[in-house]
Amino acid sequence: MPTIIMIEHNGTRHDVQAKAGESVMQAVIEQMVPGLLADCGGACSCATCHAYVAPAWQAALPVPSEDEAMMLDGVLEQRANSRLTCQVIVTESMEGLQFQLPASQC
Amino acid sequence: MLGPGGVVIVGAGQAAAELAVSLRQQGYREPITLIGDEPSLPYQRPPLSKGLLTGALDAEALLIRGQAAYDKAAIMLRLGTRVHAIDAQQRSLLLDGGERLAYDALVLATGGRARRLTLPGAEHPRVLTLRNLADVQRLREHFVPGRRLLIIGAGYVGLEVAAVAAQAGLQVQVLESAERVLARVVSAQLSAYYQQVHRRAGVVISTGVTLHAIDEQPDGSLGVSAAGGATWTADVILTGIGLIPNVELAEAAGIAVDNGILIDEFGRTSAPAIFAIGDCANHFNVFAGRRLRLESVQNATEQARAVAAWLCGKRLPHRIVPWFWSDQYHLKLQMAGLSEGFDDVVLRGTLAGDSFLMFYRRDGRVIAVDAVNRPAQFMQVKRLIASGGEGFSAQQLADDEVSLKVAPAIVS
Repeated sequence: MPTIIMIEHNGTRHDVQAKAGESVMQAVIEQMVPGLLADCGGACSCATCHAYVAPAWQAALPVPSEDEAMMLDGVLEQRANSRLTCQVIVTESMEGLQFQLPASQC
Repeated sequence: MLGPGGVVIVGAGQAAAELAVSLRQQGYREPITLIGDEPSLPYQRPPLSKGLLTGALDAEALLIRGQAAYDKAAIMLRLGTRVHAIDAQQRSLLLDGGERLAYDALVLATGGRARRLTLPGAEHPRVLTLRNLADVQRLREHFVPGRRLLIIGAGYVGLEVAAVAAQAGLQVQVLESAERVLARVVSAQLSAYYQQVHRRAGVVISTGVTLHAIDEQPDGSLGVSAAGGATWTADVILTGIGLIPNVELAEAAGIAVDNGILIDEFGRTSAPAIFAIGDCANHFNVFAGRRLRLESVQNATEQARAVAAWLCGKRLPHRIVPWFWSDQYHLKLQMAGLSEGFDDVVLRGTLAGDSFLMFYRRDGRVIAVDAVNRPAQFMQVKRLIASGGEGFSAQQLADDEVSLKVAPAIVS
């Protein structure tokens, strides 16, 4: 049960207990963190679960798939560390993995 | 004594779940009760015609949240429960079984039910529809390679099921009464494209079909006959011919209804303290310039947020550019805007390459887009439509070298 840290755009921090095998988006939705909408339910079709992964963690995550990369190209405020959290699958080694929500997700 | 007051939500689908959570996120402290007639926790419906049928997903993966999340947020779920009537004067509900529940605000998120065929033989137990988890279970029993599946209706549900069934090795036949597939929603060019994709996958499509009757044959198969003498034989039939909004409760309570429960931009119905959201609600859409009912996740969740805001004393009018998606085979189709009344279509990319955008324009403005395997540009065009759709000539829209990025739209 790794703990994932999700920081809202306004700075509010949420420590989210995640299960290995689920997506970061699912774990965050379960905790009802405001700002992460996830309208398409994880189909990689809406980009409403966009978040910035902490730079220290960027290299530790698998690189985005082609679908995710294409969706990220279309989001507002894209950065090098932008991810769609529905596409990041939690593993046991992700204790302390940290994200911040962009302004468009508040 | 009546319990429980606060906000009572009739329905337990995507709109209802989003409303309950959004209320808590926005600080609502009174009781929240969600009443659903299905036994399941709120779940996502889009995968019903996609991954759930193939077994790529299980029912648990569809749940929007687990029970623990509702418990933690003090959202009471009354599942497997039907509402018999609304007493708008007394602000209470009568449940099947006789129990009464008071409300301070009532939100109708009653969704809809699959429209049924009215042909002779349409009541046969192997003539199925697809709207909920129980429907999927029934259809899945027939997902056996070699089985003959006949789909009536070439809309999104019909074509998505056709795609997964063909990939699972079933023999798939699609019958459509209109002259082309997806006739109500996309251009003739895109219909032709999808028709070809399905045919290449082995799906047999017949359009312009007027059905007569369905009969069980002596060998147990189902025979379908149409005007002009055409006949087909199948092991199982799925109908995907549209949704009927569940408005009966509202209508019986004297709430204004016209193809859905009429609401304003804050989700308010004609009755005090009663709101409606999602598939069952009919709103004035500023992008279409008329009243309409949308059947989409985005419409459900955005209307839910508008009502949650209202109930928390905030004003968040619901003014959305509608958008939809449909996954079939290797094709990621994303659509935004409403194309009705378009006067020309501009293509960027190539149909043969399975990667293109189709812009629908009216008076030179982009009013809608269909994107196949172009998610990044889809997102950009969605914002372009929200901000009025101006600023690009037909030549620029068609030119892959021209960026479609626009300044962020201000959609209040």
